[in-house]
Amino acid sequence: MINNDGKPSPQELQKRMDDIPDVWLKCPICGHAIYKKHINEYRTCPECHYGFRLGAKARIEMLCDDFKPLNLEVKAADKFDDPKYLEKLNKARQVTGLNEGVLSGIGSINGHKAAIGVMDWRFIMGSLGTATGEIIARLFEKATELNLPVILFTASGGARMQEGIESLMQMAKVSETVAKHSQAGLLYISYLCDPTTGGVTASFAMQGDLIFSEPHSLIGFAGRRVIERTIQQNPPKDFQRAETLLKHGFLDAIIKREDMKATLSKVLSLHEGGDQND
Amino acid sequence: MTKKAAFDRVLEARSNDKIKIKTLVNEIADNFIELHGDRAYGDDSAVYAGIGSLNGQPVTIIGIRKGDDEVSDADVHFGSAEPDGYHKALRLMKQAEKFNRPVITLINTPGAYPDVEAEYHGQGYLISQLILQGMQLKVPYISVIVGEGGSGGALALAVGDCVWAFENSIYSILSPEGYATILWKDSSRAREAADVMKLTPEDLIKQGIIDKIIPEVRTSAEIKQFKAQLFDKMEELRAMPEQEMLQKRFTRYRGF
Repeated sequence: MINNDGKPSPQELQKRMDDIPDVWLKCPICGHAIYKKHINEYRTCPECHYGFRLGAKARIEMLCDDFKPLNLEVKAADKFDDPKYLEKLNKARQVTGLNEGVLSGIGSINGHKAAIGVMDWRFIMGSLGTATGEIIARLFEKATELNLPVILFTASGGARMQEGIESLMQMAKVSETVAKHSQAGLLYISYLCDPTTGGVTASFAMQGDLIFSEPHSLIGFAGRRVIERTIQQNPPKDFQRAETLLKHGFLDAIIKREDMKATLSKVLSLHEGGDQND
Repeated sequence: MTKKAAFDRVLEARSNDKIKIKTLVNEIADNFIELHGDRAYGDDSAVYAGIGSLNGQPVTIIGIRKGDDEVSDADVHFGSAEPDGYHKALRLMKQAEKFNRPVITLINTPGAYPDVEAEYHGQGYLISQLILQGMQLKVPYISVIVGEGGSGGALALAVGDCVWAFENSIYSILSPEGYATILWKDSSRAREAADVMKLTPEDLIKQGIIDKIIPEVRTSAEIKQFKAQLFDKMEELRAMPEQEMLQKRFTRYRGF
């Protein structure tokens, strides 16, 4: 609608604003603006190498030559029936196309076979529910049975509060399967993606034989707000970034997403008996 | 046991009248010697640990304590262990395994200490290792929640062959206040949160999270009762072939 003075009405202005497509992507780390159409295939910032958060399926497509999913049907038990929680679950299922917050299966990376799990941060913040724990536990068990290494990409806000103490027990449950996989002499690569915090950090994320991360990923146990509230301390800006963890000795390496596939296939080949496989 | 509101149980678990971990350890164990240090960085007094004997059988006891006659609440962050405390616990567990001594953990913690230094020194990593390596210990491992069993900081010492809880104790994913804040954005609804969180021993035993409820101990006679139960369980586990014990322990945790 155009006013008598020839200028658009406020409603018209708002409509035009809303019609402008959201064309820019802003790097949350360095603030660099990227024209969405120009974002590279790895979805990384060209300035600071931050990797924008990926859904589970996108990560698998980027990494695997082929991938056979496992346990897609596993989902939260009916006993968790709080309507608010069910609504969150439904929304998460729609957004991710998954029943639960982790996609797992047997895949190959440049021909190297591995059991691969990817947590999806969009699924109630990648929280660790009973079904999430079950899928990860079964992945380790399948890997033990098939004599395969495990690569697990974590992205999680920690325990799933809506499932209470049973969520806490998932830390122990998955650890049990990590222990058996490890006792079989098999390789576990933990790959910490942005963000990995809380109970996931305090269990399987930190149990890898090798622990990798991506530039600037947030990794920690206690959340910033918990620290601020509980002990009135103001943490420095970068205190839980991958670079800080590397400096303090808790990561083997920070790998740019562009190098993820090549690095993982190199590591896998080194655990397959050496040069003859390379 | 009389029926109490869940939040009253929270208050009793946190009460100053709760038996002190140091008292409990010294009443249970003869010739107890406290052992210090994580051999890497420091010594966290929130983790009270050492060796002693239970009816003549050497044991390693590891507790997380709040303030008592020796340390103030501030010294031990109200029972919140730091990474060097967890590292000390892990060191002493491995030592117990070497000398084939059973391990008993006594837990009274609102949770692992949340601060910047703790993050820098691997709070998450150390808890993850206590869960992973503790679960694989080749010696009997009995965990007891004495007061508060708060989140990952409690789970770190609660992956034994059995987990017991005192009558006035709680075990939960976070405090009722924290739960109300996160899920309802209102910390004043803690009482209500306690009701839905199923954190009392009666709720926990139904879900198989704990195996046994221990009557509250105050007097020496009551502590003797508790000690007798610990000793019986320890002997039962010691009589079991190692592989069978480990298999049962693994099955316990895989079931969740």
